Amino acid sequence: MTTETNQAPLVKMSGVNKHFGQFQALSDINIDIPTGQVCIVVGPSGSGKSTLCRTINRLETIDNDGGYIEIDGKRLPEEGKALAALRADVGMVFQSFNLFAHKSVLENVTLGPIKVRKVPKKQAEQEAMEYLDRVGVGEQARKLPAHLSGGQQQRVAIARALAMKPKVLLFDEPTSALDPEMVQEVLDVMVDLAAGGMTMVVVTHEMGFARKAGDRLLFMSEGAVVEDTTPQEFFTNPQTARAQDFLSKILTE
Amino acid sequence: MEDILFLFEQYPIFEGFWTNIKLAFWSSISAFTLGVILALFRISPVRSLSWLSAAFINLVRNIPLTVLVVMAVLVFWGQLQISLHSDFNTNFFLLATIALSMYHAPFFAEAIRSGVNTVPLGQAEAARAIGLGFFSAARLIIIPQALRGAITPIGNTLIALIKNTTVAAAGSVLEASGVMRTMIEFNPNLMVAIFLIIAIGFSLIVIPVGLITTWLSEKLAVTR
Ligand SMILES: Nc1ncnc2c1ncn2[C@@H]1O[C@H](COP(=O)(O)OP(=O)(O)O)[C@@H](O)[C@H]1O
Ligand SMILES: [Mg+2]
Repeated sequence: MTTETNQAPLVKMSGVNKHFGQFQALSDINIDIPTGQVCIVVGPSGSGKSTLCRTINRLETIDNDGGYIEIDGKRLPEEGKALAALRADVGMVFQSFNLFAHKSVLENVTLGPIKVRKVPKKQAEQEAMEYLDRVGVGEQARKLPAHLSGGQQQRVAIARALAMKPKVLLFDEPTSALDPEMVQEVLDVMVDLAAGGMTMVVVTHEMGFARKAGDRLLFMSEGAVVEDTTPQEFFTNPQTARAQDFLSKILTE
Repeated sequence: MEDILFLFEQYPIFEGFWTNIKLAFWSSISAFTLGVILALFRISPVRSLSWLSAAFINLVRNIPLTVLVVMAVLVFWGQLQISLHSDFNTNFFLLATIALSMYHAPFFAEAIRSGVNTVPLGQAEAARAIGLGFFSAARLIIIPQALRGAITPIGNTLIALIKNTTVAAAGSVLEASGVMRTMIEFNPNLMVAIFLIIAIGFSLIVIPVGLITTWLSEKLAVTR
């Protein structure tokens, strides 16, 4: 017996390409993300980071050329019920929060469990309150999202994703739309999640967070993963010229 | 004053208006329902549904209402001998309601679609991301916000529909504008009074709709 597990990776992307018309947004992406890994994605604007995230829960389709994506050993289905079910297992936190504007904070969090997971309303509300308390916005449960600060809204969005009990959480620049003083409160929640063993793919340029919570770092450029390394290694010893160039730019900002 | 009392005694003015209200009530319910369905089909990712909806909207929207009403009566009842009800008047009433519903459904659909355009794409993406399918996302997230954003154009369509119920006269339905025509024919000396009665009557029906629309559009506006 070895301690090594030969478990399939939680997220597997193999030979994935993505074109928007003539433009190639992703080229030959091959990554395996094991359970519990926190994978940071960095790269210049337009390098395909959002597209990468969005293909993982199929908000974007991928080219039909043999490349594929698996979640927990299952191919992403084409459309319909199976796809919806799979999406429920992949949480997503957007740069612009995207809370349901006409629903209260509590309803934002209970909607998925009630409508998709068929959890009874009482239980869903009880669990939602636990998640909201955990991210520190339990007090705001009855308010509409528009009445919350950006940092609070993003924490609600994280609670909404968590309430689905996802296998993996995707974050697409979760702090980029926030006022500087609110960035930390959101990062703190994410650090807690990472420490709690959540599998995460996080597009971010927050180096402090990357070093603290990241197990792995992907550097993207022009649709390709150019470096696949650790945050420490990347920030102290970037291998490619493109990465060095990129780092020099964000460090002088 | 006596003249006015005379008119109200001699002619079914109230019944006429009551018919307009009933026509408006039933037509708006069915036109709105059909409008929601058309709008849903129109925005659905299923090409054929979207195409079907666009075809219906563009075809029906371009036929004058009078033509639709006359067609309903002449073709359905006259040619095909399809009678929806044994009672003559009820039959005409139903045919007019169908024509009014068909005619206004595309306008409701387009009003709702304009509301859909007020809903940011991120709302649909967030809905899909928690595992809602197209129709659940539409029903729970998109349409409720779209309706709130489209209350004004929906209200305008409703007002147009109420006034357009007068076209039912072309389909032999006895309603207020038809009563007006009869009254003028036999009492040309009272023309101004007759006109005022009908104009005020419609204003009394339509103005509250406008006020409610304005009030609702402010009260239900989605704060983002
Ligand atoms: N829906 C789309 N249609 C066409 N081009 C797109 C679309 N979405 C993204 N792109 C293009 O793909 C490239 C990568 O975009 P994105 O993944 O958003 O980059 P990043 O998140 O790294 O800034 C960009 O050049 C962008 O213009
Ligand atoms: Mg991006």
